[in-house]
Amino acid sequence: MRIERVELPGIGIRNDVLTAAGRRLSVITHRDGAREVAVFDRDDPDACVESIELTDEEATTLGEILGASVLLSKLTGLGEDARGLFTEEVALPSDSGFVGQPMGATRARTRTGTSIVAIVRAGQLIPSPGPDFVFEAGDVLVAVGTRKGLDALAELIERGPR
Amino acid sequence: MHETTLLLIEVGALLLTLSVLARVANRIGVSPIPLYLVAGLLVGTGGLVPLSGEALDFFEIGAELGVVLLLVMLGLEYSPRELVNGLRSARWDGLWDGVLNALPGAAFALLLGWGPLGALALAGVTWVSSSGVVAKLLRDLGRLGNRETPSVLSVLVIEDLAMAFYLPVLSALVIGEALQEAAIAVAISVTAVLVILVVALRFGKQISRVFSIHHLESLLIGVLGLTILVAGLAAQLNVSSAVGAFLVGIAISGQVAEQAERVLTPLRDVFAALFFVYFGIATDPADLPPVLLPAAALAIVTIATKVLTGYIAARRAGVGVLGRWRAGFSLTPRGEFSIVIAGIAVTAGVAPQLLPFTTAYVLMTIVAGPLLARLPEASWFKAVVMPPSTDRPLVR
Repeated sequence: MRIERVELPGIGIRNDVLTAAGRRLSVITHRDGAREVAVFDRDDPDACVESIELTDEEATTLGEILGASVLLSKLTGLGEDARGLFTEEVALPSDSGFVGQPMGATRARTRTGTSIVAIVRAGQLIPSPGPDFVFEAGDVLVAVGTRKGLDALAELIERGPR
Repeated sequence: MHETTLLLIEVGALLLTLSVLARVANRIGVSPIPLYLVAGLLVGTGGLVPLSGEALDFFEIGAELGVVLLLVMLGLEYSPRELVNGLRSARWDGLWDGVLNALPGAAFALLLGWGPLGALALAGVTWVSSSGVVAKLLRDLGRLGNRETPSVLSVLVIEDLAMAFYLPVLSALVIGEALQEAAIAVAISVTAVLVILVVALRFGKQISRVFSIHHLESLLIGVLGLTILVAGLAAQLNVSSAVGAFLVGIAISGQVAEQAERVLTPLRDVFAALFFVYFGIATDPADLPPVLLPAAALAIVTIATKVLTGYIAARRAGVGVLGRWRAGFSLTPRGEFSIVIAGIAVTAGVAPQLLPFTTAYVLMTIVAGPLLARLPEASWFKAVVMPPSTDRPLVR
């Protein structure tokens, strides 16, 4: 991957990301703080076909979403190093009995031997949640454990406290 | 009392008209400058509804402030580092730009019998693209991210910087000063430009510390005052008020520059409009018809040379064929600098035909430029300059 930084005199800075697939993506940061994301033409790689202006808030959110997914893919890469251990994302069903419950209520570690290492909520990654972390509908749990343990966790989450 | 009343009515009515024109221009996607010029033609010398003397005086002063504000904003837009980098990376493009575009203007003036001073002035008129119009054009066409854009902007930077040397030379020579005094003026401005660049690079923070970014009112009045003061001193030294203002803009940097840009923009918009209107006012519409043909001929030639300039600059930056054409066409509009140059020359009594000629010339290039800039997006144009090939690699 290559990142190019180009000065635009009088306007701001342009950062280009050249992807492995040969596409180019640019982030233009204007002097006044405005940001634009530009996507380039396949046939004419010098020209952008579309540029989207982002507000502060939008840029922050986009950055967080990208950041979270990058962290996640690093986490899932863990399985290769630690044999027999897997990382899995388990979605919390919105009708699960654990919605609104603290994480400690699952007693997941005791029952399944797995560790919940992070929660993905609304595109953001919340690392190392404590036992008093309260679940919300739509949360995705990132858990590390054995195959058997992770299956048990998925079942436990699905079933809810009983 | 009566004169002031009339002044208020006339200026108010004209500003209101300009606001409508600016909106129309925005709607149809062109620069408002040509419309301002035409409005000036209509209310000025020999126009349909001539203004009173008081209003003319007001517009004259307004136009002077307009130049100062246009130039200080231009200086604020560039950081000293950008200027130095631009100079380093694009000096050859800048040189080509000067040679290709100034020479046709100079040759043309000699052909029309305007003498060497007329040639010097017209060379400047055809040389400099309008930074304002070009930058806005790139923005409007969504080309800020394009690979050729830095090349286009570098050419603009070099041109603007070159003006800091060209304008003092012109100002000194046209008022008929002896070569020796002209040389002094040039030496002063060259030294001033270099000193200010070095000082701004080294001590930009200290200069900017004079102003507070937290108190916008004092910042606005302070930067405006400093700019007008330096512009006046520069004019006194025959270095041209425009150059003085430009240098103040460069010297102010960092956060102060950002804030100053923000607070000065509305003021610039008002007075720049007055500047363009005043140029139209000063031009007698009756003088236009005889210069239309020569102006059109020169416009065609210098649009072609600008396209070549952009093409060369973009090619040097490794941009593809289509991008080179885009760079070329987007550089074609001439604007504020051409008018400033013609104004300096004509005020000093050099080649009075330069006034209607430049009006016609700027009107043509500024209307044609943005239209031409869209050309490389047409499919027939792509087909002509880029024969379809099946094995064109995606990555270069």
